[in-house]
Amino acid sequence: MQRIGVFVCHCGSNIAATVDVEAVAAAAKKVPGVVFSADYMYMCSEAGQALVKDTIKNEKLTGVVVCSCSPHMHENTFRKAASSVGMNPYMVEIANIREQCSWVHKDRELATQKAIGLMQAAVAKVQLNAPLTAGTTPVTKRALVIGGGIAGMQAALDIAEAGFDVDIVEQKPTIGGKMAQLDKTFPTLDCASCIVTPKMVEVAQNEKVHIYSYSEVTDVRGFVGNFTATIKRKARYVDEKKCTGCGLCTEKCPMRKVPDEWNMNMGKRSAVYIPFAQAIPKVATIDPRYCLHLTKGTCGICSRVCEAGAINYQAKDEFIEEKYGAIVVATGYEMIDPGAYDEYAYTQSPDVVTSLEYERLMSAAGPTGGHLVRPSDGKEPKKIVFIQCVGSREEDSCKGGKPYCSKVCCMYTAKHAILTKDHYPDTDITVFYIDVRTPGKLFDEFYRRAVEQYGVHYIKGAVGKVVPNPVTGKLEVQGADLILNEQVHIDADMVVLAAAIEPSRSARQVATMLTASMDTNGFFTEAHAKLRPVESPTAGVFLCGMAQGPKDIPETVGQAGAAAAKVIGLLVKNELTNNACVAHPDEWMCNGCSQCEKVCPYGAITYVEKEFKMPDRTKKMRRVAQVNEAVCQGCGACTVTCPSGAMDLKGFSNSEIMAEVDALCR
Amino acid sequence: MQVNENENWKPKIIAFCCNWCSYSGADLAGTNRLSYPAEVKIVRVPCSCRINPMFILRAFGRGADGVIICGCHPGDCHYSEGNYHTRRRMTLLFSMLNYLGVESARTRVEWVSAAEGQRFVNVMNSFVQDITELGPNRRLEDLRCREN
Repeated sequence: MQRIGVFVCHCGSNIAATVDVEAVAAAAKKVPGVVFSADYMYMCSEAGQALVKDTIKNEKLTGVVVCSCSPHMHENTFRKAASSVGMNPYMVEIANIREQCSWVHKDRELATQKAIGLMQAAVAKVQLNAPLTAGTTPVTKRALVIGGGIAGMQAALDIAEAGFDVDIVEQKPTIGGKMAQLDKTFPTLDCASCIVTPKMVEVAQNEKVHIYSYSEVTDVRGFVGNFTATIKRKARYVDEKKCTGCGLCTEKCPMRKVPDEWNMNMGKRSAVYIPFAQAIPKVATIDPRYCLHLTKGTCGICSRVCEAGAINYQAKDEFIEEKYGAIVVATGYEMIDPGAYDEYAYTQSPDVVTSLEYERLMSAAGPTGGHLVRPSDGKEPKKIVFIQCVGSREEDSCKGGKPYCSKVCCMYTAKHAILTKDHYPDTDITVFYIDVRTPGKLFDEFYRRAVEQYGVHYIKGAVGKVVPNPVTGKLEVQGADLILNEQVHIDADMVVLAAAIEPSRSARQVATMLTASMDTNGFFTEAHAKLRPVESPTAGVFLCGMAQGPKDIPETVGQAGAAAAKVIGLLVKNELTNNACVAHPDEWMCNGCSQCEKVCPYGAITYVEKEFKMPDRTKKMRRVAQVNEAVCQGCGACTVTCPSGAMDLKGFSNSEIMAEVDALCR
Repeated sequence: MQVNENENWKPKIIAFCCNWCSYSGADLAGTNRLSYPAEVKIVRVPCSCRINPMFILRAFGRGADGVIICGCHPGDCHYSEGNYHTRRRMTLLFSMLNYLGVESARTRVEWVSAAEGQRFVNVMNSFVQDITELGPNRRLEDLRCREN
């Protein structure tokens, strides 16, 4: 028989105003097994906890029921208090008489009766509670960062700074991400390469960071502290260790008509290529789709000119397996294809470009060497129209439209306008916008500079149509000015579309592997929107950068640092405490049917052959379920599935729940 | 259907709520001081998939007039897919309830998220109203063994 103490909290007047707490305490005394009951003003206060602790000692209690607020508030508080005086923390139950009683009912008598009922149910459960001990699992002190953009690099550097090994897996041949493609950054207009390339070098030179470029994570198994990831190292056809990055092969390669992704397909590159001069690792990669040797078996020039002998046409994809304690998701973003917005003529004229393409046209390392010219005829544009919110803040999802604001477009368009005016002051620039959103340090000042100092025309309104005129070569922009309420016609030389930002196309696959959840837009969801913004609901998985939602570079870097701090907090632990409320089978009842194994979402259940001493003293090998307590999250799906009722859940056992039901029905 | 002899009759209602969504939704109803009938008493379970159909039959056997099962919305389960199990199991159970002697309207599965305090209250109000209209759960009374 348990010796149970019942502690009823007034919570000031939060509970006591509606529930007769003395009556609840008095009723508790009549419940079999209850040897002590008391009410107190604030049970969670130091003095209240001391009352609980002292009573446990003095009355030799074996179980405690606290009638107070929701267990989500103070279950841990009272469990800690109990365990500090030697009671097993799982012998404490909370009867939720605040959120689910005093705050939702107005009738004092009914509320008191309900509170007594809830108290009785909790006592009934404690009667059957058994002490539980949570197991521990060791933590692998290595982190995996998926994505080698600014978010991934920053997270990796910060984790490495704390002394832990980090692997970055990047699907492109170089790290650096989208930031390396940018020309300048707002609102300071400092050059993106000048900031990001030293960062890339820092990553490469850090002994704790290992870069798997041109690689993908193809499988993740395990759980927090103990992930095992399979990394596919795509065949580069160039030996990374031998290649010196001299670039001779890229110069001699005869296949020079490959669209250059690095320049948003506006320039051409060779089939064997180094994405850009500062690429890291600075190693050539052969594009198997275009290489004449790999497609037709001819050529082979690169292998002849390579002095290091690094070319290997026989290379195959390699798969490596590595263990990690924590995973950071930094898969970044892409821009939607504005081709679906036919009215903007993106597919009809090369002079209609996306902002990222414009960025490459502005960049000194871009296809035009930073000389802003029209892609169609190479002439300098005199009139440029920027169209905002192409696909952002739009419900028409069949065109690829996104309901959210892409956040950075207003600022980078102001940047484009300022930079263009800086280089070519006689350019006439018009921006069509829905709203100009400039929340951020020095952001609004920057936008106002574009308007006031540089004379960029901002028109609140929408563009209905862009019509390429084949005779003049101009783009006829037909729009509406909503403030003046009139139609606007502009014969533009170029049109720049601020296309919406969407999660990287590989993000969903990553989410599936990690069982990390995504929102309806495909961004990774955080464990708590306000309080746990860099953690995924899946333990051990952390988020940063655009993978979690649109954001600018400083926010991304800040978030990466936060994610790194969380990873470090996890990796410094030698072992993790498991969930104590886990499933466990009654091996004598288990008939080895495997039903539980099939419903377990975590793969926590396996089957083993075990020797049993039978009642007739013979020995028998039987197949029984075995629960990996480190993996089990305690959902209980297996307990209901088990046809023989062998599987039960510690802390929420069949008998405990039935006892609660019985008490509440009494 | 039985007519309520006693005007003041109040149904006994057991609500199984999953720890992550519905139980928090019920807490939110409290935090927002939204009101629902005191007859509803909540049993906390880790996930709606922890609810064994036996628990529901047990509640009816012990005199509950209504049993409601609340879990996370499909796709939002804390354990990724627990509520899908619940949905199938309960569909099966409900198809047999009439045969067992309990009107199937005395049970319900509802999805209530942690953000839906108002929805929790609306669900409970409508459920209590339905059960009150159905009257006491008499059909099982003759079959069950009362404790006292």
